[in-house]
Amino acid sequence: MKYKRVREILTGLIPIAAFLLALLMGTMMIAILGINPWVAYQALYNGAFGSINAIADTIVKATTLLFVGLGICIAFRAGVLNIGGEGQLVVGALSATIICLTFPDLAGWILIIIALLVGLLSGAIWGGIAGFLKAYFNVNEILSTIMLNYIAVYGMNYLLRGPIMDPLQVKLGSFIPQTARLPQAVDLPRLIPTRLNLGIIIAIFFAILVYIFLWRTTIGFRIRMIGQNIPASRASGINVPKYMVLAFFLSGALVGLGGAIEVLGVHHRMFTDGSASGFTGSAGFNGIVAALFGQLHPLGTIPASLLLGALLTGANKMQRVVQIPSALIGALNGLIVLFVVGSEYLRRSQARRVELITEVGYNSKHKSKKEDE
Amino acid sequence: MEAIIIGITKSAIRLATPYLYASIGETLGQLSGVLNLGVDGVMLMGAFSAFYTVLKTGNLGLGLLVAIVVGAIFGLLIAFVNVTLKAEQGISGIGFYIFGQGLSSVLFSVMIGSVHTVNGFPPLPIPWFSDLPLVGEILFQQNILVYGAFALIPLSWFLLTKTPLGLNIRAVGQNPQAADSLGVNIVRIRYFTVIAGGILSGIAGASLSIALLNVFQQNLTNGMGFIAVALVYFGAWRPLSVLNGALLFSTVNAIQIWVQVKGINIPPDFTLMMPYLVTIVVLTAMAKRRVRPPAALNKPFQRGEE
Repeated sequence: MKYKRVREILTGLIPIAAFLLALLMGTMMIAILGINPWVAYQALYNGAFGSINAIADTIVKATTLLFVGLGICIAFRAGVLNIGGEGQLVVGALSATIICLTFPDLAGWILIIIALLVGLLSGAIWGGIAGFLKAYFNVNEILSTIMLNYIAVYGMNYLLRGPIMDPLQVKLGSFIPQTARLPQAVDLPRLIPTRLNLGIIIAIFFAILVYIFLWRTTIGFRIRMIGQNIPASRASGINVPKYMVLAFFLSGALVGLGGAIEVLGVHHRMFTDGSASGFTGSAGFNGIVAALFGQLHPLGTIPASLLLGALLTGANKMQRVVQIPSALIGALNGLIVLFVVGSEYLRRSQARRVELITEVGYNSKHKSKKEDE
Repeated sequence: MEAIIIGITKSAIRLATPYLYASIGETLGQLSGVLNLGVDGVMLMGAFSAFYTVLKTGNLGLGLLVAIVVGAIFGLLIAFVNVTLKAEQGISGIGFYIFGQGLSSVLFSVMIGSVHTVNGFPPLPIPWFSDLPLVGEILFQQNILVYGAFALIPLSWFLLTKTPLGLNIRAVGQNPQAADSLGVNIVRIRYFTVIAGGILSGIAGASLSIALLNVFQQNLTNGMGFIAVALVYFGAWRPLSVLNGALLFSTVNAIQIWVQVKGINIPPDFTLMMPYLVTIVVLTAMAKRRVRPPAALNKPFQRGEE
């Protein structure tokens, strides 16, 4: 019993250790660039928490990360890797935008609800494609989701440079690839007079919903079960391909909703710089980091998203003040992922050893010794 | 018409280069049981380091060497995380991708800052052969990295099918328990293949930045590394079939560039989308074949476990 507690504490400490280790590497990189790390981190802190506006921006950034992270949680729990966050964000945002531009005369709140639902559904379909190909054709889902990301981005570029370009841009002849501003009636309500909007409340609501879904419903249980052990799931009568597609569908739905909320809550229009990250800010990848950092737990993903949101918001300030490229945070995110998955084995073997020695006695102690050799 | 076909074929051969290096490297790793999805990140680091070296020194050989060293270091790290720490290979691959992409962007903004070009490897006509009609122009007036990529196909085929090392690599990927009981050092074999894969990814990146495009910018590869991984599935882990896949993709690319240059009235976004769309279609079409991936792919080895 006592050792179990130790194990739980160790489990909780691993992401924090991974984070500190990544930060240490970041410090070294900043120092190598010839900049005082203390000054750099001060700028980062101020950028993330220095004013009401900064805090609001941090939370706004965390909102999208949370939606992506929740989607990732469902997929990873089902044992499938959804790397298609970028594409699902773009598709969700794009379809919500098109709905709002097509029906500007509907009452505001009705249009908001329809737009969010359409964003959610199109993200679900985009994710569902990868799930379908994985479940019924055994197509590696990492590759298919990455390819779907690029397809979504080029589709977005096409639409924004042509069919749905802001008529004003066409008239002025400046041809900036963006849509017209959405009707003000569909702006998500602001919580305080900053960029902080209703989105974060919806995101936290969904985090709780995902938690209840995964741990308190039969469907959620089955999704987690196929992630644990496919042969056992099959033996107990679960239709594995069906639940695999469902997991991907729900995963894409959450990400797509995140994209729609990003448009309605923050930008109020769709724009592109040619790449995915121009609109998403790489949230599709950073959301993976948030989910892993939150131990693939929907509620753990909330603080993880806030922390990453703070890092990313602060990094912009750091870039302006001390000229450290904000891409540094991207590199650190990669390191966090590596430290978390790298330490997983150490934690598992440690846990196994503790269990073997304490709970089973001499025989297994002997055995575990043999394993070490 | 003839000139168009020669032009497209010639550029297809050129453009196959990065795919070939990266895919053959990935084939080695996967055959030994390690799925490395960080190829794109390593390619970016290789591309940046080669480009920076050439920009500062003008020495192409040195640039290539630096890319090889950087690729080897990344290969070593990937092997450490996947083989020694037995990490979940799908996620660690994404970690290496994000890390390589971020680091190459940081280094680019700090050390170079704006878009420059360099003089990359010049065409190296092969005496006599380059004078052959048609074939001479298409195949034998390319640069040295293109020749190297094509030489890699018979070399890797020979390594994998005719040498004891190749047999060991495949044994480790198919049945590590059996290989282990015969005294094959699984960890050493996997380190070897993954580091070789890292080196080849580094060269793949260098082939973009100092031989084909002769520029570097953030995210230069645009997902090429992932397509290279897809090509390994497409090629069913056989070098010759990987070559076919690489040529298919480079031809799609070459046609796409030709369509754009000619100003044919297709939105460029659709032609740019083609390689990615083709990848998905091809992966789906390949799925029902009877070829199976190496049995131990994506499964860390633990002595004494099933």
